[in-house]
Amino acid sequence: MAQMTMAKALNEGLRRALEDNPKVLLMGEDIGKLGGVFRVTDGLQKDFGEDRIIDSPLAESGIVGTSVGLAIRGYRPVCEIQFDGFVYPAFDQIVSQVAKLHSRSHGVYKMALVIRIPFGGQIGAIEHHSESPEGYFAHTAGLRVVSPTTPNDAYWMIQQAITHDDPIIFCEPKCRYWEKGEVDLDRPPRGLFDAHVAREGTDVTVIAYGPSVRTAVRAAEAASAEGRSVEVIDARSIAPLDFPPMVASVQKTGRLVVVAEAPANASVASEVVARLTEECFYSLRAPALRVTGYHTPYPPSRVEEEYLPNIDRILDAVDRVMGFES
Amino acid sequence: MSEIPLVQLLTPEGERVTHPEYESTLGKDEIFGMHRDMTIIRRLCNEATSLQRQGQLALWAPLQGQEAAQIGAGRALQPMDFTFPSYREHGIAWCRGIPPEKWLRLFRAVDHGGWDPQQYRHSVPTIVIGNQALNAVGYAMGVQRDGAEEATMVFFGDGATSEGDVNEAFVWAGSFDAPIVFFVQNNQWAISEPTVRQSKIPLYRRAEGFGFPGIRVDGNDVLAVHEVTKRALAHAREGGGPTLIEAFTYRMGAHTTSDDPTRYRIDADVEVWKHRDPLERVKAYLVRQHQVPASEFDATSAEADALAAKLREDVLAMDSPDPLSIFEYAYADVHPLIEEGKRDMIELGVGGGAH
Repeated sequence: MAQMTMAKALNEGLRRALEDNPKVLLMGEDIGKLGGVFRVTDGLQKDFGEDRIIDSPLAESGIVGTSVGLAIRGYRPVCEIQFDGFVYPAFDQIVSQVAKLHSRSHGVYKMALVIRIPFGGQIGAIEHHSESPEGYFAHTAGLRVVSPTTPNDAYWMIQQAITHDDPIIFCEPKCRYWEKGEVDLDRPPRGLFDAHVAREGTDVTVIAYGPSVRTAVRAAEAASAEGRSVEVIDARSIAPLDFPPMVASVQKTGRLVVVAEAPANASVASEVVARLTEECFYSLRAPALRVTGYHTPYPPSRVEEEYLPNIDRILDAVDRVMGFES
Repeated sequence: MSEIPLVQLLTPEGERVTHPEYESTLGKDEIFGMHRDMTIIRRLCNEATSLQRQGQLALWAPLQGQEAAQIGAGRALQPMDFTFPSYREHGIAWCRGIPPEKWLRLFRAVDHGGWDPQQYRHSVPTIVIGNQALNAVGYAMGVQRDGAEEATMVFFGDGATSEGDVNEAFVWAGSFDAPIVFFVQNNQWAISEPTVRQSKIPLYRRAEGFGFPGIRVDGNDVLAVHEVTKRALAHAREGGGPTLIEAFTYRMGAHTTSDDPTRYRIDADVEVWKHRDPLERVKAYLVRQHQVPASEFDATSAEADALAAKLREDVLAMDSPDPLSIFEYAYADVHPLIEEGKRDMIELGVGGGAH
């Protein structure tokens, strides 16, 4: 066991992946000497060289597009997109090539690449630095999308993603980069695509992922002071979603609230609600609710607290599902 | 042709000319072989157009006029080199030894690929314009890291040079000295738009701004294309970095069978290019210089006809894929939504080879 921040845990996870397989290489803007704008790759270029820790020209489609070619050649590239709002120039390569080449080549090409994206808000940033683009990628067949929420998950999930043969969009909740936690350096806690009950409860199921998990847990703590027992599930895998533990929870509680920073319309949160309504129809005692960012461009961050699913908004949703009379 | 310098070793009239930097060492048999290649792909291409007109293909992208560009380049490759095509590189596919019916699987809409790209060292077709340029540079960077003496070559058209991906590929290749050859077939038309809409300067000159050499070659001169490409590939293999080759040619036919070029270009222009036909000049040269008898050309034509007949037969025999096959390679590993979709289809009684 070791105490470290999520940023450090990712760094250590990447280091171990680089040590384990010489085909692993990293590419991104400022990831070399600088160690990345969040220092996630700090020190790696010094130890693994410029051929494996590649400071790329400043073009996101180039980062992903050349990583596709490296993957065809048998490498396992890990791309860093500097911020969520800068992934869109790479969208074409991700959707047209990364997601489809395994299928188009009848499995000859392994698209074993990982695209790391620091995502989400709560850091008081300027525009384009707080977005939640995971829904675009979750919607695309051929891709997988995951998000760690603790240092332990970060350490293991990045390694699991790198050894996986499908392309993985790895969404890192940047607001949690500097939070410390225990990391078990010997054994992964669970599979890459497994959801996890972050806090047990019996009255309401709250499902969240990424940066919203911490908010959901805090809301659950506040609810418990009011005598309400809220179960929080950390989805961990956004695509595919791990429904069985979610179904079990909703069958137990009969009430569902889904929390995410991304706007609700046509979103991952909506998919969770649709599927659980389908699977748990007779267990639900109230309509499932979504607490998400509003349907506006991400706002100036001075008002992000009001835009994001904060504790009050989650508690309000918990009240509504608890108070629902059919 | 144009005032801009270009490498030419064989004139449209079939006269061998010299160039201060490039000289072809190809002998009669090799040149005859290239004429045979060009005859065959032209014939196969015509057959594919007919098949489309008869409703047997969803679409076809003809290459008429570009035979020398593709055969000259394709025959310059060495077996371990890796190539990334767009969707019109039938001549390259031929040179890589891919059976013609496999090229047509995409166009019959029974497959998105059609062949094993590792087996033939030729990637699957890329339809999104310019994507493959970046993929090719990445591949070349892998070759570089492996320390292998292999070249990577990527094919695209004049329209693609406006795409961000192609320009980013140039940046990457220059910055990392990637062992790659960019081969742009400037066939003058991106569907209806002339090359002047894509670029104020000749395309080969783009390379200079990215820090590597660019060269324009007569794309209808198979000897010149072969020589220029051979040298660029060797340069890449030896660690010299990238080259941009602009094969200056002309798309004699439509963009695809869905296109109508009479709406945007005049017959007189097409007529001018007919006199620069890539096959005729080689034939004229072989007859005049090497006294190749008509019977040998007739034999090639007969061979091409037989291959076309075989292609037709193969295409007509090409069944739709089993609907269940759509789930097979969507992911490398098990995925719940794939399992669910498969179950759903099976419960509906679809698939399973009953098609």
